[in-house]
Amino acid sequence: MIQLFRNPNYNFIGRRRWAYLLSIAFILLGLGSMALKGGLRYGIDFSGGTLIQVRFEKPVAVERIRTALEDIKLGESVIQEFGDPREFILRLPSQNASVEQVTAQVQGALAKVPSLGRPEIRRVEFVGPQVGRDLQLQAIYAVLVSMAGILIYIAFRFDVKGGVASVAAIIHDVLVCLGAMSLTNREMSLPVLAALLTIIGYSVNDTIVAYDRVRENRGKGARRGEPFAQQINRAINETLSRTVLTALTVFFSTAVLYLFGGKVLEDLAFVLTVGVVTGTYSTIYIAGALIVEWTEWVEGKLRRPKKVVAKA
Amino acid sequence: MRRNFWLRIGIVAAVIVGSLIYLYPPPFVQPLLYGPAPAGKGGLLPRTINLGLDLQGGIHLVLGIDLDKALEAQVERAATSVRAALERRGVGVKRIERRGSTELVVELASAQTWSTAQTAVAELATFEVKEADQAAARFVLAMSPREVAQLKDLAVRQGLETIRNRVDQFGVAEPSIQQQGDNRILIQLPGVQDPERAKALIGKTALLEFKLIDEKVDPERAVREGVPEGDELLHQRRVDRETRQERKIPYVVQKKTLLTGADLSTARVSIDQNTSEPYVSVEFNAAGAKAFGELTEANVGRRLAILLDGNVHSAPVIRERIPSGQAQITGGFTSEEATDLAIVLRAGALPAPVQVLEERTVGPSLGADSIQRGVWSTLAAGVVVVLFMLVYYRLSGLIADLALGLNLLILLAAMAAFQATLTLPGIAGIVLTIGMAVDTNILIFERIREELRAGKTVRAAIDAGFARAFKTVIDTHVTVLVSGLILFQFGTGPVKGFAVSLMIGIAASLFTAVFFTRLVFDLIYMGSRKHASLSI
Repeated sequence: MIQLFRNPNYNFIGRRRWAYLLSIAFILLGLGSMALKGGLRYGIDFSGGTLIQVRFEKPVAVERIRTALEDIKLGESVIQEFGDPREFILRLPSQNASVEQVTAQVQGALAKVPSLGRPEIRRVEFVGPQVGRDLQLQAIYAVLVSMAGILIYIAFRFDVKGGVASVAAIIHDVLVCLGAMSLTNREMSLPVLAALLTIIGYSVNDTIVAYDRVRENRGKGARRGEPFAQQINRAINETLSRTVLTALTVFFSTAVLYLFGGKVLEDLAFVLTVGVVTGTYSTIYIAGALIVEWTEWVEGKLRRPKKVVAKA
Repeated sequence: MRRNFWLRIGIVAAVIVGSLIYLYPPPFVQPLLYGPAPAGKGGLLPRTINLGLDLQGGIHLVLGIDLDKALEAQVERAATSVRAALERRGVGVKRIERRGSTELVVELASAQTWSTAQTAVAELATFEVKEADQAAARFVLAMSPREVAQLKDLAVRQGLETIRNRVDQFGVAEPSIQQQGDNRILIQLPGVQDPERAKALIGKTALLEFKLIDEKVDPERAVREGVPEGDELLHQRRVDRETRQERKIPYVVQKKTLLTGADLSTARVSIDQNTSEPYVSVEFNAAGAKAFGELTEANVGRRLAILLDGNVHSAPVIRERIPSGQAQITGGFTSEEATDLAIVLRAGALPAPVQVLEERTVGPSLGADSIQRGVWSTLAAGVVVVLFMLVYYRLSGLIADLALGLNLLILLAAMAAFQATLTLPGIAGIVLTIGMAVDTNILIFERIREELRAGKTVRAAIDAGFARAFKTVIDTHVTVLVSGLILFQFGTGPVKGFAVSLMIGIAASLFTAVFFTRLVFDLIYMGSRKHASLSI
């Protein structure tokens, strides 16, 4: 029998302060990156604008495309290679002309340069400013409603403390994902939002499993008088192989998607992959640790002189 | 326990057979499940799976109906009936003007008829008096909020209906036209190659109007000095075939609309015998023909402007009374333009102008690439996970792998059965499902290992493992489903596809990872007492 962990007994909760430091450092790093880059980058889903995906017959340098497009004066356009040296994404600011006119202009300008070869327009997307604004609001709304739903479910199944700690862990995961996106210069788009919402649902899974174990152990009445920190730590250790194994299979899937899924799915797969890792980590160090902090704080208030020390 | 075996095996077999039938329907069930078989060849995926626009190519359009404009038009129309209601009671009306999109400012000829006028407007169901200034003999009518809401709703429904008619006549296989939010219409046209033409056809308001030209005013002078009251300056756009340059010819027309496209009975394309240029001939219904006859009779010798969406198409001179109710719209059309114009005229006008809020066009070659990549990454993820489970849990891993295969089969079959749409993010959802579906098995297997370590027998460990893990399994499923549902509610198009495949996959894993796996375990280990060890 292959076993990842044989009777693991790591002192996770005892070292939680280090984890806080790590989390805060990473989140600050992400926020700093966002601040430096003037906020998160939004794709056209949220910012509005026009996107044109072109494929040339042979590899082309970005500069050549930029020169070719200069004549038609479409304003500040962003030209990016897209997964293949022959394939490019052109992002144009909102125009007065219709999408078809802009596309025809671009195609005309590119066709004029014979060395570029015949360009094929493979995808054109236009999102009006109104839709973009609506989507931003809806996105925030969707994230908040998901969190509220999970808070209520956990509070109902376990207790309010667990619900709040889970949501704190979710916020942590979302911040880490957003930070990772900013650090790797990725754009916030609809698929990325889908990934974030999935992570919100997924990252509480491990937390639930650990809480379930705490409750089960209590039900057995074993080791009465064991400090709460130790109960949590034991539950985390007992469910550790499950937590790591399931994270591994999901991680394999998302990593495969990231590597082979193509450029369109790359951002989505990236966020899922980061989310799986941080989701597993936050189960232990955010959800588990916060619930310990809270409980100890409450116990400390109740029995002030007798301070409970968390040492496993 | 043993008696149940056959029932459980039966259920699993029924699910497998049912899934296969839904995915690859034999010819004799095809019409029952999906209607006639679509033409064309199946690709990497079964044909019964509906592919999203991002996978098969096509246009995704979100149009916003300008509801204020629709209200304005209604209020303008209501002005006539308000005037009529007042005049029936002998109240002289000096002026009625629209203010904003829902209000009418009424000015009476004299303040003496004030009270009669107030009784008359009190009877109007759709308007309420908002401001009243008796000294100035002037009051403001505002459309009641209920009426406004009703009209908006009507405008959106009429818009949907009209666009549906147009798309049907344009001939697109499996179009989808839905309302989105308050005033938006989502249109999905798979496989359409010419987005420009489709968009022009769908987005054209197609408001056909007949108005008289004001012959007393010279248009060139009107451009410089403005038009007299009651007139407006409109243009005819002519594109030169050779130079592709647009010329704008000004016309001064009387504001009053004499006839609209609402009175048409049909429209079709004809070819001019002399110039061999196509034109659109329209035919009015009985009421329209009568009005057209009267209009032509009263204005022989004058020019009648035929307007489409505020642009003059032609302005022929009325030679004689036309009793037949037939008219021709010329204007240098290409045959494609003439065909499309006939379609929009037949399908009726949109209640208000529409604006393109969102447009996504995917070419077929990109779609094919995406499918290929999607299928390959699904297979790759599958192989990695299957091998991992096999190595780590051996025979039990093999059982979990079988469950995973069954999960994918059910997932695809359910998508076919519900006619859900598979999108590229939807494929990502399937890949994610592969990783998550084995979660449940890992949870159960780890639990069984624990029970075995605690010294339980094989059978007891299996029983306890499944029973204890079950509650946790439910919890984890609920949370993923919660976020999936929200995603589904929120998302559009491709993202919705992600939510759909994720939710179906997760729901199916309850059946495959719990029910199916348990059955296989029972079949292997419950049959006899000789199993002392468990391959896990």
